Amino acid sequence: MPVPRLTEATTAACLFFIFLVPLAAAGLALMNVGLGRSRSAGHMMMASLSALAVAGLAYFVCGFAWQGVIGGPAHVLNLSGKSWNWIAAEPFFFRKLFSDGSAASLVALFQIFCVGLAALIPLGSGADRWRLRASCLSTGLLAAWTYPLFAHWVWGGGWLAQLGVHYGIGRGFLDVGGAGTIQVMGGLSALAVAWILGPRRGKYSADGMAPAIPGHNSVLVLFGCMLALVGWIGLNSAGAILFTGGETSGAALIGINTMLAASAAALTAAFITKVRFGKPDASLTANGWVGGLVASSASCAFVSPAEAVVIGSVAGTIIIFSVEWFELRMEVDDPGGAISVHGVAGIWGLLALGVFGQFQRPVLNVAGDSLPSAVNGIAAGQWLAQLIGVATLLGFVLPLTYCVNRLLNRFYPFRVSVEGERQGMDLHELGAGAYPEFITHTDEFLPR
Amino acid sequence: MKVVGFLLLPAGWFLVLAAIVLFAAPPLRDAFVLTGVAVEALGLILAFRSHLIPREEKG
Repeated sequence: MPVPRLTEATTAACLFFIFLVPLAAAGLALMNVGLGRSRSAGHMMMASLSALAVAGLAYFVCGFAWQGVIGGPAHVLNLSGKSWNWIAAEPFFFRKLFSDGSAASLVALFQIFCVGLAALIPLGSGADRWRLRASCLSTGLLAAWTYPLFAHWVWGGGWLAQLGVHYGIGRGFLDVGGAGTIQVMGGLSALAVAWILGPRRGKYSADGMAPAIPGHNSVLVLFGCMLALVGWIGLNSAGAILFTGGETSGAALIGINTMLAASAAALTAAFITKVRFGKPDASLTANGWVGGLVASSASCAFVSPAEAVVIGSVAGTIIIFSVEWFELRMEVDDPGGAISVHGVAGIWGLLALGVFGQFQRPVLNVAGDSLPSAVNGIAAGQWLAQLIGVATLLGFVLPLTYCVNRLLNRFYPFRVSVEGERQGMDLHELGAGAYPEFITHTDEFLPR
Repeated sequence: MKVVGFLLLPAGWFLVLAAIVLFAAPPLRDAFVLTGVAVEALGLILAFRSHLIPREEKG
């Protein structure tokens, strides 16, 4: 089966959308910086830039070879008469990619940004204590192995995408803009990293209290949210064209749904925090906004605007309680809220597609086969396909990520020394603070 | 507890895979998949509990 081709107009639109995606990465990086301590701000931005660089290079070396594209060469297992496409077999180093005029080069361009986005997410949970080189090594493994493998199953015509064709389970596992492939993948990596690193010093006291360590710059956090919106519209629109065979005319609905889900989630989060704490909380509202974007990613092309509002509202509600639950009950110190925002909201988004998804047009997601549109728009068993995808993330991706990172931690410890944490990551690892002019020189106040 | 939790996660996933391969009829297949997810949930609970910080290490 050949790799699908796009018309020139669709290619141009797709390129435009793909070039918006780095703004999502910039938004997430700013949020991670703002939600961390001021003495680690420069380090966080440096780690974000390094993660993007390492992820892009690792994906170039072998990631794309194992992820592949719909209709590309792959290794297939035969189980009870059905083929299970489990890993791609493209050549390493992007060879034979740009000469065939197919959508493969667009997929490669899109994915090199997406893998960077996934790599940024764990940085939020490891803020203020994750060493720079360790985060780069972890990112390399994510981009070279874990991400491509799952992305192949979902976006490369792998077995999860084939569930509809081979077993009659809905349209197969669908994930338009990467709620599972990018966000939950990143969120579960964030959980593994937070478990391995342990909490920041002073976060949990012996009497059971967990004092809040507020982020140092809410302006960066909120500006990051706005950048993320633009990036997410590109992410969802490009994903819909490349992985579900969507038309460029559908981008308007995708943009509307993305904006509505984020808006509903942010307002819900602001309302809940206002009711509970007396005033709306800026960082939790920002988390709600991004959670709405994350939840919209799976289903943005297959739901109505009203349903997008419902999906966003639920995401905003879940995130508030999830952040609290992880921090206070499970004693997981996640300064950026990455586990709740990307992991939990992403899982909700994937399941919401099974609940609300309407398939009025054929869906292209398996090796060039176009599944017919469903009767009355409802695909029987779509909820099951989505549940199988979520089960794969929790049952396969989480243990794999945890074990790989734990092994890495044995050879190269993730956590900075006690002195480094006290001093701040900026001074300890980079040798200079992000805000040198903020340092108060006590000798200036001594009487002369 | 940590090891058991992390073993239950893939065990639940294998149940899900087995359900897809072995059962074609929706009710039985769906029930088996849900059972696999329940096993994963159990594994997740154990994994979380095993990462709770001991009292002496707090502070």
